[in-house]
Amino acid sequence: MGGAGSAGSLEGRLRDEEVTIGDLKTEIEDRTGATVELAPEQEMMTINMGPHHPATHGVLRLIVDLEGEVVRDLKPIVGYVHTGIEKSCETMNYWKVIPFVERMDYLAYFSNMEAYCGAVEKLIDMEIPRRAKYLRMLHLELNRLHSHLVWLGTSALDLGAMGVYFYCFRDRDKVLDIFEMSTGQRMHTRYFQIGGVAEDIPSGFEKKVRELIVTLNTGIAQYESLLDRNEIFLHRTKGIGIVSRERLLELGVTGPLLRASGDAWDLRKEGGYLAYPEIEFDVPVGTVGDGYDRYRVRLTEMRESLRIIEQCLDGLPEGPWISDDRKYVLPPRAELSTSMESLIHHFKLVTEGFRVAPGEVYNPVESPRGEVGCFILADGSSKPARVHYREPSFVNLQALRDMAVGEYVADLIQTLAMLDPILGGIDR
Amino acid sequence: MAQGSPRLEIERQKLRVHSPLDQPKSPDDLRARQLRARDLLRGDLEGSDLDAYVEERVATTSLEKLLNVARANSIFPATFGLACCAIEMMSTVSPRYDIARFGAEAFRASPRQADLLILSGRVSIKMAPVIRRIYDQMLEPKWAISMGACSSSGGMFSNYAVVQGADKFMPIDVHVPGCPPRPEALIYAFNKLQEKIKGNPEQGWRSRYQAHGTEEWARGGPGSKPSEEAMEAYAQAREVLGA
Amino acid sequence: MPDAPGLELILAEINRSQPGAVIDTSFDREQAALIVDATQIIGVLTWLKETPGQEYTFLASVHGVDYLPNLPRFAVHYELLNRERYERLRVKALLNDPAAEHEAGADGTPAGTPGGSRPDGVPSGTATQLLPHIDSCVGLFPTANFQEREIYDFFGVVFDGHPDLRRILMPDDYVGWPQRRDFPVGGEPVIFTKDEVTNPGWWQ
Repeated sequence: MGGAGSAGSLEGRLRDEEVTIGDLKTEIEDRTGATVELAPEQEMMTINMGPHHPATHGVLRLIVDLEGEVVRDLKPIVGYVHTGIEKSCETMNYWKVIPFVERMDYLAYFSNMEAYCGAVEKLIDMEIPRRAKYLRMLHLELNRLHSHLVWLGTSALDLGAMGVYFYCFRDRDKVLDIFEMSTGQRMHTRYFQIGGVAEDIPSGFEKKVRELIVTLNTGIAQYESLLDRNEIFLHRTKGIGIVSRERLLELGVTGPLLRASGDAWDLRKEGGYLAYPEIEFDVPVGTVGDGYDRYRVRLTEMRESLRIIEQCLDGLPEGPWISDDRKYVLPPRAELSTSMESLIHHFKLVTEGFRVAPGEVYNPVESPRGEVGCFILADGSSKPARVHYREPSFVNLQALRDMAVGEYVADLIQTLAMLDPILGGIDR
Repeated sequence: MAQGSPRLEIERQKLRVHSPLDQPKSPDDLRARQLRARDLLRGDLEGSDLDAYVEERVATTSLEKLLNVARANSIFPATFGLACCAIEMMSTVSPRYDIARFGAEAFRASPRQADLLILSGRVSIKMAPVIRRIYDQMLEPKWAISMGACSSSGGMFSNYAVVQGADKFMPIDVHVPGCPPRPEALIYAFNKLQEKIKGNPEQGWRSRYQAHGTEEWARGGPGSKPSEEAMEAYAQAREVLGA
Repeated sequence: MPDAPGLELILAEINRSQPGAVIDTSFDREQAALIVDATQIIGVLTWLKETPGQEYTFLASVHGVDYLPNLPRFAVHYELLNRERYERLRVKALLNDPAAEHEAGADGTPAGTPGGSRPDGVPSGTATQLLPHIDSCVGLFPTANFQEREIYDFFGVVFDGHPDLRRILMPDDYVGWPQRRDFPVGGEPVIFTKDEVTNPGWWQ
């Protein structure tokens, strides 16, 4: 590409020049000097980036009104993965809802579980043991890492950097090994229970996580070296998709998108759930709010997550990993053969489940995409009467229109990638 | 010479005593193979020896079988990720569970260029016609793997929004259980599909362990109907239960 | 959260300027809620957003709830957040079900009894005049755009003034409001091999 010296020869296509994309008619008149009469229907072309598309992350359908290559209007159509999870949850007792609810935002399953379990614990007024809090935080941060790794891999793939995809997924497999070690499953682990976590971590877990921290620090340095100063990446992401902070707040956007535009809003710091107030970490904040800032914010969040994980390991307290309130938590199996009460509790919990006094609660949690909140309406029976999730991807999708209108179609792909939508969360 | 003729015929006799060709330790004995190769090159192998030599080295097959092997080893899957299983499908492409070992790393975006539709994720009622249209756009021969519990049978979501199994509206060749199935499970399914393409489909455990006859059919064998009295009783029971 | 006395103060303030707007307050399990008359919801939300001292400028979530068999049946919940003080406040707008009253008027059966669907299985109340109406707050909080569409899609609550009210997650031609309590969950029963006797030929 031409440098400063030959800027005059490439007219108006270098990013470092100011380009105002104006009206098609005036543009043509400016460039060719001819007066053009355009019939209205010749100006706009409506295309359908259908649900099956390599660049939409999941089955998102976009109806894009194009004028030439410039996006003039954008209408997302969602619902192609709608699974009726919220309705199904009303037919299960509280304990059985956990696997349903974690399949909503399918990359941040621990955050979904935390939102739900935290909400139920608020409803039944239960305090979980400290060790459980630390274990939950550990897994939440590992999940944040995992989600950002997948995001980086797929976004880089969209932008053409295929190598980053393979590196990210290689490292992601290492994170999933840790999940498999502690929970038994790679994805959708059903690890958080009402009252704590399902199982204690095995021996050798700490060692493996510390190794992972070292490996991932090098890994993140690797991705940065590949993308940070990559000329193509910079040209594609700098200055694209900027929406002002006030507009983002109006649209209800939270998470790395909001942080990239300069607002240090992180529910882990503000709300302080679990044991986050005891952990030291920083919240990365961008300046401009373009695609590059969003990328940098997420990468720095990965590093901060590693810091949090290390502190969790260092400060992991001893003690029970799940509450011992037998009305809500299954007793350990060894007790079943000795204590009659445990047997009765076990029976009741497994067949009917515990009952929750009527009430409503809304529990927000910081997922890798923003504020995920779980609303539960309890009606006194053992099944929730309404479970609703305020999913960040659903609300953030409303910002896509503001970000993409006025930019080129190729930038739409990049904006969508940096928005990080997860269709499972949008459609539920 | 014995008949006093002036012409002399020289008959060459190969020195075969103590030759590995006489008593080969195994068919793959290296020395025996080397000697046979030398004989072939010299033109000394004859008759049945020559036939055996050629048969061992050249695969003769029908064109169909050859095409099937080619198809099985270079499948182009379509990028069709619906939900969580898509993430595990992406990680089969990742370096650890490399699907490129089986020749399938080139995921095609366009259904016209793809062979295999890996339905990874829950099939909602809004998406079902779209999937059918994409499957119809694929050119023959085409296969479909239904990855995960949700696309095989509706999975854990037995509700109004999920189609209870993708084989309600399209033919599926291999179903993969799991939620989500591990990448190894997907690769196992992929291998099964490859066997199916090559023409020897794996029929399941009953054929492997000769256990046909253990299915729980109604009395009278597969396809038979229960007796009249039984049908009446069931109809009555259904009425009573208000099914 | 504003605590119980704080909530009472808010109730008094709002009712002074918009009489009858706030019906009740609730402070349960450290969650503050205002129960509001649905016809005056915009006034309440504007007051909460703009009054200095309140300034709940961030709408975290709008969602619908079906309280069947309790009445009033529907509610729209607005989760408001004040970012400076980190305080959350829930505003509940209660809505009655016009379809049930319509049926109660026609048949004489009491409103809200289950079994009010038509014989062909389509839930009653699909005609627009039989749906509960509430003013849309998209003008105040643009974030409510998709979320109100979702409430319309799942509960049939019509938002007057919404720029683009149509189904968002269900197919466009779907009949019925899925997340209402009297809508069946659907799905198919799981069939096992032993059910061959009752369901002959299920495996075909």
